[in-house]
Amino acid sequence: MNLLLILPILLPMVMAMISVLTGLDRARSGMLAVFGALLHLCASGFLLATVVDHQVLVLWMGNWPAPAGICLVADYLSAAMVLITSVIYLAVMVYSGKEITPHQRRSGYYPLMQFLTAAICGAFLTGDLFNLYVWFELILMASFGIMIMENPGSRLTSAVKYVTMNLLSTVFLIMAIGLIYGLTGTLNMADLHEKVAQVDNTALVTGAALLLMMAFAIKSALFPLFFWLPATYHTLPVPVAAFFAGMLTKVGVYALIRLFTLVFVTDVAVTHTLLMVMAVLTMVSGVAAAASQMDIRRILSFHIISQVGYMVLGLAVFTPLALAGTLVYLIHHIIVKANLFLVSGLIQRATGSFDLKQTGGLYQTHGLLSLGFFIPAFSLAGFPPLSGFWAKLLIIYACLEAGHYFLGATAAVVGLMTVFSMIKIWTEAFWKKKALPVDSPVEPLVDIPFQLMGPVLCLCLLTVLIGVFMEPVLKFALVAGEQLMSPHQYVLAVKGGG
Amino acid sequence: MELLISACLGVMIACGVYLLLRARTFSVVLGLILMSFAVNFFLFITGRLHTDLPAIISPDRSIYADPLPQALVLTAIVIGFAMTAFVVVLALRAGRELETDHVDGKPEKTQ
Repeated sequence: MNLLLILPILLPMVMAMISVLTGLDRARSGMLAVFGALLHLCASGFLLATVVDHQVLVLWMGNWPAPAGICLVADYLSAAMVLITSVIYLAVMVYSGKEITPHQRRSGYYPLMQFLTAAICGAFLTGDLFNLYVWFELILMASFGIMIMENPGSRLTSAVKYVTMNLLSTVFLIMAIGLIYGLTGTLNMADLHEKVAQVDNTALVTGAALLLMMAFAIKSALFPLFFWLPATYHTLPVPVAAFFAGMLTKVGVYALIRLFTLVFVTDVAVTHTLLMVMAVLTMVSGVAAAASQMDIRRILSFHIISQVGYMVLGLAVFTPLALAGTLVYLIHHIIVKANLFLVSGLIQRATGSFDLKQTGGLYQTHGLLSLGFFIPAFSLAGFPPLSGFWAKLLIIYACLEAGHYFLGATAAVVGLMTVFSMIKIWTEAFWKKKALPVDSPVEPLVDIPFQLMGPVLCLCLLTVLIGVFMEPVLKFALVAGEQLMSPHQYVLAVKGGG
Repeated sequence: MELLISACLGVMIACGVYLLLRARTFSVVLGLILMSFAVNFFLFITGRLHTDLPAIISPDRSIYADPLPQALVLTAIVIGFAMTAFVVVLALRAGRELETDHVDGKPEKTQ
């Protein structure tokens, strides 16, 4: 049963190898990728069901005894993240069938995406700090490859920044790992939970915690360190941008949640207060920067930043309810954001441009697309009964419950400003009369192929379903929040299972 | 010995940061390399400084050097090497295609 844990990592890797061996330029590598993604979804769904039954699953790789070996651990949070990864992976793979050019396919698009998915799932499931670093490096390597495939041209400068920033965060990460190992003599996270509390030199522990926070703040685009993100995402091909926007920053957020609930809880006054300050500044600066943009994908990129702020705010408030809110927010946000990036590609196909000034009239010509934008956009802005409403409500309620009235108010105001940006896209691209015809390399499409529309509508349906059937999701999230706040279950499962 | 090594690390990191803040891709790459050297070194010495000790448990020695940091640093070096190779190729390609080695990809301002 525990071998189930390896499946979400192993399946995409095997798929990647098969698609390399069977020839990259074949059209059927796209079909193969969809098939692989379906299998992945089944495996992750099964994993989640098993975790709900058993609470925490542990698999010791190579059967090395604890705590010397590396273990994979799935608790509620990890299993939920893996499942949501495979949902987005499937949607993006279906969408890619029509969007990816043969040239991009020859550059290894499908194997790279499959390795990326494997690495993301690995980062979600690992129970070892050094192993987390290795998965992060794999994520980086695969994302670098995808970023510069085909003819990168203008993408090159943003790629240089992306690579440099991420390598810098790696430097911080290794430094922190070294410090932690030097202090405690272990890198297993459950083991660290006990050992970190016994270290006498608390200042050095806090120092290591701050280094780790820095490393993951770069990856999850928190306040002073987010500049690489809006410089990069709008230059990527649409399905890639959707997958990156949905998943990559969230792996950083996941790592922050894992480390700052399981390992570094000895000095909450310093670490979590700092997280709180960063979260608020991230929320406000992201949403403010988005207001001044006119390119759809740039607006969406800045909104990723402000939304990451909400999630980290939930972590910083540090109550079971707030952590449950963070989990709901993660699930909601990944679906909605990936969906909006896919829709931005469709808007570009239908009007020939990503620039809002040159779009318009879509409500008249593309009814279904309007629906496809309306649902995720207003879910992002937090309109009831969509998923975003509940996510925001939980975070704000948790802030108020913990007595952080200012934070709750800020979160509400940032929500309002999100509405402004979404309404801007809605009026410019959908309601406004069509602007003058533009010279565009892409011929405007009247009928959007079902292969592109299908994933968008499915993700919309998912958003609505999560919003309408909130109760089971909330129950799940509350258990996850409890599990994160009092990790004895996690620690017991890892340390007792050797 | 500890003091010497700490000073060494400090100098390496300082030089790395200085180079990283330059506007040319070549210096930025050098800065990254220096910093990753420094942290790899740091990771290595987290096993404490010993000389003439076996890295495996042997019956005729009571103490031994911690083998784990050595394994960790080996992994970190290999990954760092791959990353560095990638950055160098990326920087070369950016330099050739954009005809400037400025990190923002903008041509030089003529005075």
